[in-house]
Amino acid sequence: MATLKLKNLKKGFEGLQIIKGIDLEVLDKEFVVFVGPSGCGKSTLLRLIAGLEDVSSGHIELDGRDITEVSPAKRDLAMVFQTYALYPHMTVRKNMSFALDLAGGDKAEVQRKVDDAARILELTPLLDRKPRQLSGGQRQRVAIGRAIVRNPKIFLFDEPLSNLDAALRVQMRLELARLHQELQATMIYVTHDQVEAMTLANKVVVLNGGRIEQVGSPLELYHHPANLFVAGFLGTPKMAFLKGKVSAVDTGGCEVSLDAGLQLALPHSSAALKVGDPVTLGIRPEHLELATAGQPGLSVTADVSERLGSDTFCHVLADSGEPLTVRLRGDLNNPYGQRLQLHLGAEHCHLFDANGDAVSHALRAAA
Amino acid sequence: MTTQTANKAQLRDTRKAVGRRSSNPGWFLVSPSVLLLLLWMIVPLGMTLYFSLIRFNLLYPGENEFVGLENFSFFLTDSGFLPGIWNTVVLVLSVLIISVVGGVLVAALLEASDFIGRGIVRVMLISPFFIMPTVGALVFKNLIFHPVSGILAALWRAFGAQPIDWLANYPLASIIIIVAWQWLPFAILLLMTAIQSQDLEQKEAARLDGAGPGAIFWHLTLPHLSRPIAVVVMIETIFLLSVFAEIFTTTNGGPGFASTNLAYLIYNQALVQFDVGMASAGGLIAVVIANIAAVILVRMIGKNLTDKG
Repeated sequence: MATLKLKNLKKGFEGLQIIKGIDLEVLDKEFVVFVGPSGCGKSTLLRLIAGLEDVSSGHIELDGRDITEVSPAKRDLAMVFQTYALYPHMTVRKNMSFALDLAGGDKAEVQRKVDDAARILELTPLLDRKPRQLSGGQRQRVAIGRAIVRNPKIFLFDEPLSNLDAALRVQMRLELARLHQELQATMIYVTHDQVEAMTLANKVVVLNGGRIEQVGSPLELYHHPANLFVAGFLGTPKMAFLKGKVSAVDTGGCEVSLDAGLQLALPHSSAALKVGDPVTLGIRPEHLELATAGQPGLSVTADVSERLGSDTFCHVLADSGEPLTVRLRGDLNNPYGQRLQLHLGAEHCHLFDANGDAVSHALRAAA
Repeated sequence: MTTQTANKAQLRDTRKAVGRRSSNPGWFLVSPSVLLLLLWMIVPLGMTLYFSLIRFNLLYPGENEFVGLENFSFFLTDSGFLPGIWNTVVLVLSVLIISVVGGVLVAALLEASDFIGRGIVRVMLISPFFIMPTVGALVFKNLIFHPVSGILAALWRAFGAQPIDWLANYPLASIIIIVAWQWLPFAILLLMTAIQSQDLEQKEAARLDGAGPGAIFWHLTLPHLSRPIAVVVMIETIFLLSVFAEIFTTTNGGPGFASTNLAYLIYNQALVQFDVGMASAGGLIAVVIANIAAVILVRMIGKNLTDKG
């Protein structure tokens, strides 16, 4: 059992506030991913949990015990660093047993734990090598092994895959997911890579500017982003944003007139929404399609297209100058410079008010 | 037919030219510097060898007959030889131990602590290295160790004790202190920069693994410093084998042979007793000893330097 609670956690460096009040609960056996742009404080938050930085104010509780002031070694946490931070002059075996040796554990017991971890990570033939004789992926596994042997309550990962090449990163991502299943462990993982966040997490925490923007399962965040930042941060290619004004509201929905020149009836509504309010409409590439003849649509001019074989991502410009991306068939001819009519599926649109907060579907809000 | 042979001849010429171009000119162009360097080494060595085999005393000019290995046997049986060797070894080892142990500790303390004026302290710690050995030794002799005007004498008197004449009573220890004072900064300089290059994440990982400051120093910092320590030992050994100015300006090798090292002994033969032949023999013996030390050093720590980390 391992549950972690952060209560109004704050951290500042020399007057500069980095973490501006974080409340979060991590449940047992969860794989939580902190994701956000660089400088959003996600690594600092992880280091606060690990105890490598002192908390300015707030509390950290592990299984109901306040560990805010406890030294890093006594928190029962293990961390895997971005640069792996292996001890260069020690063999793989010594690297993995270092913590247990320091704690003065029974020799045979330590040996057994190291052998077990090595077997799980397929490091057994490498146990007598030095870190410099290993490849990047192998070093990464040793760093994970060093965490495993300690049998910590929570594993902390600080961008562990960003020093690996693309192919190895995909492979290690799968191995990490498998490891989480095998060990049934609680893990907190920091990354700036949204693909890692989407594929690994049970729970994604999107951070921006030292605050939590949204917490939820990957698909929840993808389909129901709480605000413009989350909507724009998750998903590649990015969600397109079109500015407009509310032209009519009722309890079942609203009508928006876009600057790009389209009137659209949407099933979104809220009590605060009034006629004339500036709003932003968001739509993902896969929810845009070419309008069939006679269908009312958004007129756009095609820019360059990226043909990936399975799909073509066609970048287009609305008449208002706002860029959109459309996912189209893979065998599409390059429509560069052509005028296109796009159909926006109203039920897939996201609506954000002037503050950037999402306006929910009227029906879902009622239910 | 004639054109064919002409062609062949031409081809042969080109080949020859190509061969000459690819090997000869390079060798030809570097040869002046190679020759110069060779002369630079061979001439003094040859002259020393020659002087060591003849009688060559400046007090008896003209009597330069061949004496074989007599100079060597005189030097080796000289009453100053064994003390000289012993003092050289004690001096080198003591200064090495003081500068390596002290250097590691000072560098680690400087890295661990953060106080105002750390930059100034660093410069001050390194500055003794930039002071001429002669000047440093004179300062120690007249202002610190002196039984009348020295600071230590004043300190002793302040406690009502009889001031000690350091250079007369503890000559070798005094010289060790002077030389260590000069070479400790060198060790600090090298080890401080090395300690700064230590990986921060490794230390953090060790902290999470439960290592305290002592364990981090022992298991991470010291192994990290093994290579710069090897460099310090190598370089200092080379220079410490030939310490001279500090002895010349303070004790003159005395009392007796109490602070005479090999370098001072050779100087003593050549310029005090005017026996150039015997001094040359001593110089050659010193070369042999230096080479033995070099071989031992390379065996012991050379692996540490070539081992790619």
